[in-house]
Amino acid sequence: MSQPEPSSKRSKAGLFQRLKELDRPDVEFFINGDKYLAKLGDTVLTAILTNQTAVRKTEFSGQARAGFCLMGACQDCWVRLADGQPIRACSTMIEQGMQIVTNFAQGNNHG
Amino acid sequence: MDKPVVVIGAGPAGIRACETLAGFGVRPTLLDESQTWGGQIFRQQPGNFKRGFKDLYGFDAERAENLKQTFHKIREQIDYRPQSLVWNAEQNRIDILHKGKTEKLQWSKLIVASGATDRVFPFPGWTLPGVYGLGASQIALKYQACAIGSKVILAGTGPLLYLVAFQYASAGANVVAVLNTAPVSARMKALPKLFCLPGQLARGMYYVSWLKMRGVKMMDGIQIMRAKGETRIEGLVIKDASGKIHELECDALGFGYGLRSETQIADLVSCQFNFNPVQRAFLPAKDLSGKTTVDGVYLAGDGSGIMGVEAAELAGQRAALAVLTELGLCSSKDSGVVRQIQEIESRLQTISKFRAGLEEAFPCPENWIDQLQDDTVVCRCEEITYGDIKQTVLDCNVKEINRLKALSRSGMGRCQGRMCGHATAEILAHLTGQSLQEVGRLRCQPPVKPVPISVVADASLSQESA
Repeated sequence: MSQPEPSSKRSKAGLFQRLKELDRPDVEFFINGDKYLAKLGDTVLTAILTNQTAVRKTEFSGQARAGFCLMGACQDCWVRLADGQPIRACSTMIEQGMQIVTNFAQGNNHG
Repeated sequence: MDKPVVVIGAGPAGIRACETLAGFGVRPTLLDESQTWGGQIFRQQPGNFKRGFKDLYGFDAERAENLKQTFHKIREQIDYRPQSLVWNAEQNRIDILHKGKTEKLQWSKLIVASGATDRVFPFPGWTLPGVYGLGASQIALKYQACAIGSKVILAGTGPLLYLVAFQYASAGANVVAVLNTAPVSARMKALPKLFCLPGQLARGMYYVSWLKMRGVKMMDGIQIMRAKGETRIEGLVIKDASGKIHELECDALGFGYGLRSETQIADLVSCQFNFNPVQRAFLPAKDLSGKTTVDGVYLAGDGSGIMGVEAAELAGQRAALAVLTELGLCSSKDSGVVRQIQEIESRLQTISKFRAGLEEAFPCPENWIDQLQDDTVVCRCEEITYGDIKQTVLDCNVKEINRLKALSRSGMGRCQGRMCGHATAEILAHLTGQSLQEVGRLRCQPPVKPVPISVVADASLSQESA
């Protein structure tokens, strides 16, 4: 398990840019076993996309996706927790220690 | 009354409906998929965020504040159930998913205020990370205080385009360009109609001039050609009004062409639908009160045709009054009720004139299909391409949208055609030389949104409760 990377480095690696509400406690979480930092009040989508540029790969072509509608309609941001439970990243809040898996086997993402 | 009056959706329409019902002593059940009230327009930020309503909703801050106060006032008078997804609906009964468990609920009257999503059409590269709907871009900011990228292009058409651009730039985001697919002339032509709500018109003009003064690049009459990038968007190729090609660098794009109604629940309870040529969609039929063709089912807000937030609040009240009249709890002969109904309907008429102006000012683009390549994904869920659809139409001589879905899988994925259904219909109409009305309406199937298979099994085995 790696240490969380410094935030300056992270913002460049991610897609989303934080503009306001910066004064919130950090939350440690894991993407595919690696440790990252989010902020309390982030959705899982925000937590991932401030650190990385995609939340999943599609089942058929393996293309990267990073959500689309952000309102629970497009179903393009499903990820899994380490126990296999599928969650919709845009409408689930990040929690301390959450283990998120984005590199699960293709063709097995229908929950 | 054992079976409750059920209101679906805790946005402006649903909350106003509940307020009116509660005012007459009815305790409605308010079901909402989200964790907090407000719908998409007044989506509430997480509890530990500190921005005020002025910061979040701008000119609509007062409207948001009023709605909040109303919600808190009636909170104890209603059975409010957040995080409750209505995933199936039948006449007299709905299935609700709440925290992994499903429950059946019988209703006596049903008011559906299911809201809307971005209306989007595909273009090469639209599935790249960094490409979002306009409404989605706005949610990133108001709900999460984030911009979708560090060099953001906002494109498409509709009043949301300039509002989101204004909100992004005000919040300190780097807005690279604001690109309207509609020509300026369309807005000029629509001015007389837009003048019927001068306040709304003035807001729109304020956003545009504010952006111009800030030196934000603005273009009209453009066409989106394609997004560039391998693993994320790196640029946008557009054609300007004179036909010249431009390549703009960006790392995010928010785009959309107005909104589309979420009509799945109305469909599942078997409401009759009619084609609406202005909104280019089949919409559930309703009278001025929101009453549908199905006994006891009413519609309010953007879920039954795009009219905006003020109309949603009014329609919620109007539908509730109709429900109360049907229940015998208020009389349509009562002078106070009559006056209220007249006022609501007259205001709705004015707003509807303004909406007609907006449709003229920000018309749905017509030539987007020309930009599609055979390998352009149309259906995001099932990854069905434009080439797949063309081949299916050709091989199977398909003329009807549900047939096309069955044979090509376009619109059969997890989103139930929310993102691609209208695009697929437009493509089918284009390929077969039919009108949009002729290709028909994509029918909805339960579950409305993905639910665990165990939940569906439980639901079909369990006895009705309530």
